[in-house]
Amino acid sequence: MKFTVERDVLTEAVAWAARSLPVRPSVPVLAGLLIETTDAGDGLVLSTFDYETSARASIPASVQDEGRALVSGRLLADICRSLPNKPVTMAVDGAKVVLTCGQAKFTLQTMPVDEYPSLPAMPESTGTVSSELFAQAVSQAVTAAGRDDMLPVLTGVRIEIVGDQISLLATDRFRLSLRELGWNPLASTDAEAHALVPARVLADTAKSLTAGSTVTIALSGSGSGDGIIGFEGEVSGGFRRTTTRLLDGEFPRVRTLFPTEHKTVARLDRASLIEAVKRVSLVAERNTAVQLMFDDNGLTLDAGHGDEAVATERIDALVKGDPITTGFNPQFLLDGLTAIEQPVVELAFTLPAKPAVITGVPDQDGEKDTAFQYLLMPRRLLS
Amino acid sequence: MTGALGAGLLHVDMDAFYASVMTRDRPDLAGVPVIVGGGHRGVVLSASYLARRSGVRSGMPMTRARRACPHAVVLAPDYTTFSTVSTSVMEIFRQVTPLVEAVSLDEAFLDVRGAVRRLGPPEEIAESIRARVTDEQGITCSVGVAATIGVAKIASRLAKPDGVLVVPAHQTTAFLHPLAVEELWGVGERTAEQLHRLGLRTVGDLAHTPLSTLQRAVGPAAGSQLHRLAWGEDRRSVTPRRGVEEDPERSTGADETFGRDTDDPQVVLRELLRLSAKVGARVRAAGLAGRTVTVKVRFADFTTITRSRTRTEPTDVTREIYATAAALFRGLGLQRARIRLVGVRLEGLVARTTVYRQLVLGDRDHGWPEADQAVDRAVSRFGSAAVQPASLLAGRASA
Repeated sequence: MKFTVERDVLTEAVAWAARSLPVRPSVPVLAGLLIETTDAGDGLVLSTFDYETSARASIPASVQDEGRALVSGRLLADICRSLPNKPVTMAVDGAKVVLTCGQAKFTLQTMPVDEYPSLPAMPESTGTVSSELFAQAVSQAVTAAGRDDMLPVLTGVRIEIVGDQISLLATDRFRLSLRELGWNPLASTDAEAHALVPARVLADTAKSLTAGSTVTIALSGSGSGDGIIGFEGEVSGGFRRTTTRLLDGEFPRVRTLFPTEHKTVARLDRASLIEAVKRVSLVAERNTAVQLMFDDNGLTLDAGHGDEAVATERIDALVKGDPITTGFNPQFLLDGLTAIEQPVVELAFTLPAKPAVITGVPDQDGEKDTAFQYLLMPRRLLS
Repeated sequence: MTGALGAGLLHVDMDAFYASVMTRDRPDLAGVPVIVGGGHRGVVLSASYLARRSGVRSGMPMTRARRACPHAVVLAPDYTTFSTVSTSVMEIFRQVTPLVEAVSLDEAFLDVRGAVRRLGPPEEIAESIRARVTDEQGITCSVGVAATIGVAKIASRLAKPDGVLVVPAHQTTAFLHPLAVEELWGVGERTAEQLHRLGLRTVGDLAHTPLSTLQRAVGPAAGSQLHRLAWGEDRRSVTPRRGVEEDPERSTGADETFGRDTDDPQVVLRELLRLSAKVGARVRAAGLAGRTVTVKVRFADFTTITRSRTRTEPTDVTREIYATAAALFRGLGLQRARIRLVGVRLEGLVARTTVYRQLVLGDRDHGWPEADQAVDRAVSRFGSAAVQPASLLAGRASA
């Protein structure tokens, strides 16, 4: 194997593929990054795999000799990052790979290619979505995903596809995020599918695929035991593909948790609310709450206990309906408020012990944007 | 007002409480050594002074006690009567002063400083309490009078049986220093051994040892505690407490020794549920909630292990205490180990009015906390057998 490639192109692709390298590989070869020349002889494919998630990046290169080699991914990524801006040549020499770039020369040990597991095939693509929209939607959806490995189902994001709509759902039992977005399905528009994707992998993947204009989503037909999902993005002259194993287990039925009616609806300036919550919660000790009191005049926030430090702040709010007093874990509240992008937020309540629905509004009098909804359970004193 | 002697705290301790209560209506047993205990487990709960003279001690296996005192009469305990007598005795105390700290069924600290003008000096109060207890309940007690609770407790032990010992405030150190270190509160076999190794045999030795040396020997907290006690520095007030509950600020727990050692995890889990319900009811009644659940397991060979887990939020819900306790027990991964005793303890107790609870999506409006409250109400009206977890009913039936 021998080829020459642009330094920036190689560096970017190696860094992208190296993201999926396992930190503690279960077998040594998984620490490797597989370099293969394409059959057409016009480029390379770089691959990593940890049995759960695979990453493949293709780049153009001038190939002199076809072949493949497995080298330490972490080391190659470190080397590429610090190379001078000159074309890079790599060649297999016996059990070594020689990398030259300008006057710099590295000799790397290869790992046994034959022992490297074969990567799962990319499932057939089911449709495409705007890459920017997808990245933004995923980052909102993962806000509420669980981090407790004892409840693996809740560490995933449920992707529901119905026709030309995708819903992303995540919950850690205390809050729930629901993001809906449009996409372009390849097949008939009434297709339905769902998948439970590890939230961490999904967030990472969506963020890393924004170079091209669209992302292709490929979902293996449900029913076939070990499901996988693939995402493919375009970059100039190549592709970036990730597949990941779907999580087992049944995601709870959560859509019915959204209250059907609201007794109190408040609209507030999002930035002011975030600032106020941050300030007031400075005195909220761990495991306590920030209390919100809505009445006709606005919102009063307070936190802290009589015996300790106490903070209170009043901010403007347009409140419709009954006055209500409730409390939340300040961090959960902030997570939801910062995931929203509109300048105004709407908080809708039914009862103090029922979840609040938080959505964004483009301006005080506008229609609320229900594409992203954050459902948050209160945190209250034991009664 | 503490009287001329500056000692206003009383420690009142019933003499051989269980044994005295069991024999007070049995004139036929006068002059006969009596041991209370037996049942499944055969451990001495209490022994009359005659029996003690032959070497019988509480906690001793019954077989050994019988060997030590073959002519003793063994009586089974009658807890209902113990509890009735205890309540009456505590009531006598409360007529003297509202500041009564019940330590267990048969002992209490009393702060009589406020009663001196009305009832006379502490030593007179002590005698009148003793007279009333003997008169009304037919049992005797001993009283220690001192300026601090620690010294009062030592004094009552030295006054036993059926006596009073007053340690005037200015004689506190003179009283303490000749005593053996074992007499101090908190000095058990283990600590005593460590102290003896340093050549410290009396409280006086302890008092004149540099604090840093003590702390190296027994640990920083215990070291400074011992040093303070050796100089008679201790709590000078009592915390009114009605029952035999433990320190309400820190933890509450319940243990159960099995009738017969068991290796059946189902039996153990059922017992953990029963103990969790007991602990839960107790903290709810006291308006408390705790974060840390500790499970204690004592094996047939008396080795004892404890495991704790701290929950994200304090709880007073039986179901949650049990879930944590059961997880801890299962986490031990015991393979048919024979278990003698299990215990459940809830620690880090705080007033429930300060406890927040993160509500969970999709929870029912009326869940386990509401079920607990309903159970508590039913139990308070109809008694403890009125409502209990169904799995415990099965346990009772087959027992």
